[in-house]
Amino acid sequence: MASKEVVASGVDASGGIWGGGVRPFGVPSKKLGMWLFVISDALTFSVVIFAYGYLRLAAADWPRPFLFVPSIVNASVMTFVLMTSSVTMVYAVRSAQLGLRKASVWWLCATVLCGVIFDVLHLREWAGLIKEGVRPLQNPWGTPMFGSAFFSLTGLHMLHVTIGIIYLLAVAAMFGSSKATADDVEVSGLYWHFVDLVWMFIFPLVYLLSAHR
Amino acid sequence: MAKLFAIVMAVITLVSVWIFVAHTWWFPTVASEHGVDMDHQFKETFIAAGFAFLVSQLGLATFVWKYADRGDNRKIRIFPGGARWLIILSLIFVGSEVFALEFVGQKVWSAMYFKKAPQDSLRVQVLGGQFAFYFRYPGPDNKFAPIHVDKIDEGTQNYFGLDKSSDEEAKDDVVTASLAVPINRPVELLLEAKDVGHAFYVRELRIQQDLVPGMEIAVHFLPTRLGKFEVVCTQLCGLGHYNMRAYVEVMTQENFDKWLADQVSQQ
Amino acid sequence: MSDGVTPVVHHAHAPTSFIRRYVFSLDHKVIGQQYYMLALFSVFIGMLLSWLVRIHLVWAKFPIPLISHLSPNGAPGGVITPEYYLSLLTLHGTLMVFFVLTTAPQSGFGNYILPIQIGAEDMAFPTLNMLSFWTTFVALVVLVSTFFVKDGPPISGWTAYPPLSAIGGDAGPGLSLGQDLWAISIALFCIGSLMGALNFIVTTLDMRCRGMLLSRMPLSTWGWLITAVLALLSFAVLFAACILLILDRNAGTSFFIPGGLIVSEKIQPHSGGSPLLWQHLFWFFGHPEVYIAIVPGWGIISQILPVFARKPILGYKVILGCLGSIAGLSFMVWGHHMFVSGMSPYSGFLFSVPTLIITLPATIMTLLWLGTVWGGKLRLTTSMLFALAFISVFVTGGLGGMFLAQPSLDIYLHATYFVVGHFHMVMGVAAIFAMLAGTYFWYPKMFGRMLNETLGKIHFWITFVGVYAIFMPMHFLGLAGNVRRYSEFTDDFLQPLIPVHKFITVCALAVGATQFIFLFNVFWSMLKGEKAPDNPWDATSLEWSIPSPPPFDNFDGKHPVVYRGPNEYGTPSGEKDFEMQATPPAEIQRRTI
Repeated sequence: MASKEVVASGVDASGGIWGGGVRPFGVPSKKLGMWLFVISDALTFSVVIFAYGYLRLAAADWPRPFLFVPSIVNASVMTFVLMTSSVTMVYAVRSAQLGLRKASVWWLCATVLCGVIFDVLHLREWAGLIKEGVRPLQNPWGTPMFGSAFFSLTGLHMLHVTIGIIYLLAVAAMFGSSKATADDVEVSGLYWHFVDLVWMFIFPLVYLLSAHR
Repeated sequence: MAKLFAIVMAVITLVSVWIFVAHTWWFPTVASEHGVDMDHQFKETFIAAGFAFLVSQLGLATFVWKYADRGDNRKIRIFPGGARWLIILSLIFVGSEVFALEFVGQKVWSAMYFKKAPQDSLRVQVLGGQFAFYFRYPGPDNKFAPIHVDKIDEGTQNYFGLDKSSDEEAKDDVVTASLAVPINRPVELLLEAKDVGHAFYVRELRIQQDLVPGMEIAVHFLPTRLGKFEVVCTQLCGLGHYNMRAYVEVMTQENFDKWLADQVSQQ
Repeated sequence: MSDGVTPVVHHAHAPTSFIRRYVFSLDHKVIGQQYYMLALFSVFIGMLLSWLVRIHLVWAKFPIPLISHLSPNGAPGGVITPEYYLSLLTLHGTLMVFFVLTTAPQSGFGNYILPIQIGAEDMAFPTLNMLSFWTTFVALVVLVSTFFVKDGPPISGWTAYPPLSAIGGDAGPGLSLGQDLWAISIALFCIGSLMGALNFIVTTLDMRCRGMLLSRMPLSTWGWLITAVLALLSFAVLFAACILLILDRNAGTSFFIPGGLIVSEKIQPHSGGSPLLWQHLFWFFGHPEVYIAIVPGWGIISQILPVFARKPILGYKVILGCLGSIAGLSFMVWGHHMFVSGMSPYSGFLFSVPTLIITLPATIMTLLWLGTVWGGKLRLTTSMLFALAFISVFVTGGLGGMFLAQPSLDIYLHATYFVVGHFHMVMGVAAIFAMLAGTYFWYPKMFGRMLNETLGKIHFWITFVGVYAIFMPMHFLGLAGNVRRYSEFTDDFLQPLIPVHKFITVCALAVGATQFIFLFNVFWSMLKGEKAPDNPWDATSLEWSIPSPPPFDNFDGKHPVVYRGPNEYGTPSGEKDFEMQATPPAEIQRRTI
């Protein structure tokens, strides 16, 4: 039971940032919301990564088809492109926060360009694998499940990159015409960095671990 | 209203406990060695749960009756010591129960699953498929021939896809539609599924295990009572799930040998 | 430019068009009522399905009117086929678990009451809130549509274990389009839930009014917050699992299907997958899911008991600790649904430890509730009766869990009616009782009218006795070895148990019929009920300081300030034996002079 002192004295001044009437994390609610989305999306990706790991461990002969040239090189270039896009994203957010609208839009476009390059390289890789006979349930090298696991995991990631491209273009357009704020740019940056981070797990787990001996 | 609540609760509580105690609907008589330990663990859990049930339900009933507002000037009372004693009580009761049931009670689980089947077990393979069980005895060579999935044919009763022409071990395998085991000898069942998930459940033997497609799962038991018991499927496997059953008969060694010889002649 | 400090004001004025007010409303109160009505609709459909299931079990040959029109294949001449039985069972489970127990407690009551209880005008993201409802609505439509597709609704249970659910039509009827639609419906539901969870968490953290410390939030708000965290983490997992299932069924993948399967004499083209993978993923979601169903209930009961006992909840902080620890533990116990599944028996042992440990906070909470009742001055309104009965049925259901948590005993009890009795008692009874207690409690606030107490008491007594009559016997059936999900009992072993089933069926029909009294009360009282005052129950939390029903923006443009926690009951000052959260200290001093 609350003591008589607190009942009588009014608002508890020791509440501080948790005392209500303020945002405890000191960030706009949209940003907190995006953090929560990122956490839940991380779990969604974890499921597919877990499934990949489970099936790989359970399989008798998991293929290791990725030759250094072209596969590992291509995947490394994709990784580099995505990391670059994170750098351009950081500049986009910083420019937005400094009120440099035009600069921010350019940096956002640069990020989008990197994303598009990533997607194109990825789709080329997919086309190549499909031409070599990789399907969800067969491939010329080993356990049939390889195709399913590969396409599902990288496909889910590619979907996120593509959605990110559309999202960033929308934010760029809206920020450029002053319909969105720097906060919105920052929130989109959060999403983009998350998508980049997921790739940092996929690259070693899928590509490096299946590099041709 | 308060009195009614208390009386209704007391009646429900006492009737429920009575039905449990009177064994009105109860386990079928046990027929396996580990089953005896399992029944013992059940009994301990019943006592603990029954005690908790009686105390909490009758306690609630009493409190509602006693503390209903009857329009007088009675002051409310805070439970002495606040939450502290209740936490301590919980820790002691639940802590000791958890310890007892979890660790002391692991005997049954470890007997069934942590220990391998004895060397001299009778091995039988069980294949579950929509909607029947089939059994295979390995014959004198004690080896099971591989299952050729493409040779499985219900029409010719080749349920296990045996290739007797090319597999040596297949020649003495005995396929049956019911399971028979000799009493007081350890039995190891190797469970497989042909199409979707099934399960193997014999109440009297106190065994239950899912049959997972793609896996071969071993369970072992020691039958201790003669009788014919139902084997039923407990994993939803399609429209015929309710009808998917076989029988396991625990026989004397002598009768079992006769039965097996009979089955061999029918192969 | 937001400074991260000042709460953002959302609406300047109420919308005027019908569509904006009642259909695509952004108002959390309307959305909460929409969710509640969706749940009410779903629960009556689900209950109807349970009637069909129970009638079929004991009177299999009895032709049920009208059902042959719904499904000429499934119930020719009104007699339910084995596969249709399984469809009805599957839809019953799916509707009840998702569209009733995950919507009403959290999205229904939570949406309506939470913002008011923390002193906010609305949720942090009203548009997202509206989208989450309509996504859930579409999910319901997709699920119900499975009744009308050619091959019928899925038959694989609400748990949809592969390979049965993944192989498609070869495995039998009810596994073609119906199963795909089921997976799509659930995936949509996941998205709706995730949106809602995100909204609840941000709102509770960011939108509290001045003085509303976390330690002054009502326990019902804490219940909704903790549930939202559970939902955020677990629905993400189910979503991915559903996608993988859809891929297995349609894209030729084999996440869940191993090789070498012969189904209906056809060798299946899949290989390399594992049925256990689905079970792990499903139950990693599935166990937190059942806590999502009950945690709001625990919060609501912890809110209601003090009001009608006229004393503070015993151990507010301890209850919080229990809620939090159970939520955390709920992520570590999923394997207790899989003891006999073929997973490593060592895992089985490992899962049973935290499962049994959950008994501890659950016991503490129960004792704290009992300790709250002890020494109180109980006002036995219908809401309080359901809250007290909640304690009783929760104990009963929870004790069943004590058996199932032990792998050794689960060997015998798995997939029997013992499990069915257990989960119905905790979810189908306890969680529902919490909802009913909440309904009788908050109805005056929501609709400005009182529910009829006489009808309420009739509803209570028949339901309370009835649910014990239905679900206690299921425990006995389980002990006797009665297997679940059987559409008929054709074997000798189960014949002696059929009279028990008949008893259960009759009770189920009677209790079900009684719920129409409740339904009548809800709708009749909206028009003809006695007008409700602002604070009919003399309660302390913020929702009782505003009119019934509340104005559009809850606090009429004011920002409330909170001076104390919600537990000031039995602290007489002047004529009142309670003190509301937002009453300024100056006013108390004035009163006591």
